[in-house]
Amino acid sequence: MCIDCGCGTKEITIDNRVYHDGHQHNHDPHISDRRKVRIETDILAKNKELAENNRCYFHERNILTLNLVSSPGSGKTTLLTRTLNDLQSSFSIAVIEGDQQTANDADRIRATGVTAVQINTGKGCHLDAHMVGHALEKLSPEKDSLLFIENVGNLVCPAEFDLGEAHKVVILSVTEGEDKPIKYPDMFYAADLMLLSKVDLLPYLDFNVEECIAYARRVNPKIEIIQVSATKGDGLREWFDWIESRRQLQFIRES
Amino acid sequence: MHEISLCESILRVVEEHAAKQNYQKVTAVWLEVGALAGVEVEALQFGFDVVMKKSIAEDARLEIINVPGQAMCLQCMKNVKISQRFDACPVCGAYQLQVNAGDVLRVKELEVE
Repeated sequence: MCIDCGCGTKEITIDNRVYHDGHQHNHDPHISDRRKVRIETDILAKNKELAENNRCYFHERNILTLNLVSSPGSGKTTLLTRTLNDLQSSFSIAVIEGDQQTANDADRIRATGVTAVQINTGKGCHLDAHMVGHALEKLSPEKDSLLFIENVGNLVCPAEFDLGEAHKVVILSVTEGEDKPIKYPDMFYAADLMLLSKVDLLPYLDFNVEECIAYARRVNPKIEIIQVSATKGDGLREWFDWIESRRQLQFIRES
Repeated sequence: MHEISLCESILRVVEEHAAKQNYQKVTAVWLEVGALAGVEVEALQFGFDVVMKKSIAEDARLEIINVPGQAMCLQCMKNVKISQRFDACPVCGAYQLQVNAGDVLRVKELEVE
């Protein structure tokens, strides 16, 4: 292959002109200043660097951060407000809310008495580590606290953007299709825990729980799964125990 | 969907290197895109032309280098090629696959003046 332009393998050089498979380039450095530079740079490197800064911030303060992701309408905010109501007597908790527009969700969170910062991404389809870094300046979560980041409702883009969280938690409601894990595999691959929500509605639906779980495990063999209902309380104990166990694991790692 | 913001990241990488390596114009960008990177190449091509307008990479060509997906099968312990995250192992049919290549999204080279 020509080292100057990399095109073609069969080539001959005659008087400094290189001929490849029937076409010709001029590689005389005096005639053209074009050159190739090797960069080898990950285009998400900037986000990863900022995510690591956030991660350091969390480690220094022993904050467990969970990035909640789902499609719109999965019941993320309802599950979160229920979680806050039940856990805020045990831990200090803060919330970062991400939506394209409105502060409605942050208002719902604040109504529980928990501090929240709303990020509006405008046209953006996901939160990134830079936005979260600035939200932390405003929020200043307490040491040893629990931080929930409720991402923009979108099962595609937030999968690619590390925010510095300890875990991504994907919420899938039984009013959606059981094949969502294989329709949006990147998100279910990126998550450590799947909360299958609104399970109190199962008697009224044609939703195959076993099949849904099999799809999720096919994409991510290590994913943990808890079935919950924020309105009826099913599975919440298990979800809160999961949070507590992650907090303790983090605490052991930090000490 | 986030291809536009990925293109903005490409532009940032290109501009940072321009400042360091002292070039004024970028005429081509070679981008490695893994089959499992979650990126739609057509949307990326479209976003690229829009985002590069009025920058040092205006009118630059975007060349995509496709990187195949690869995973280790935890059942038969073979390294296998996959095209999607939920593919079964082509050797033994198990779904216990650990992806180890093909989620890359990297600017490999530039052609500059």
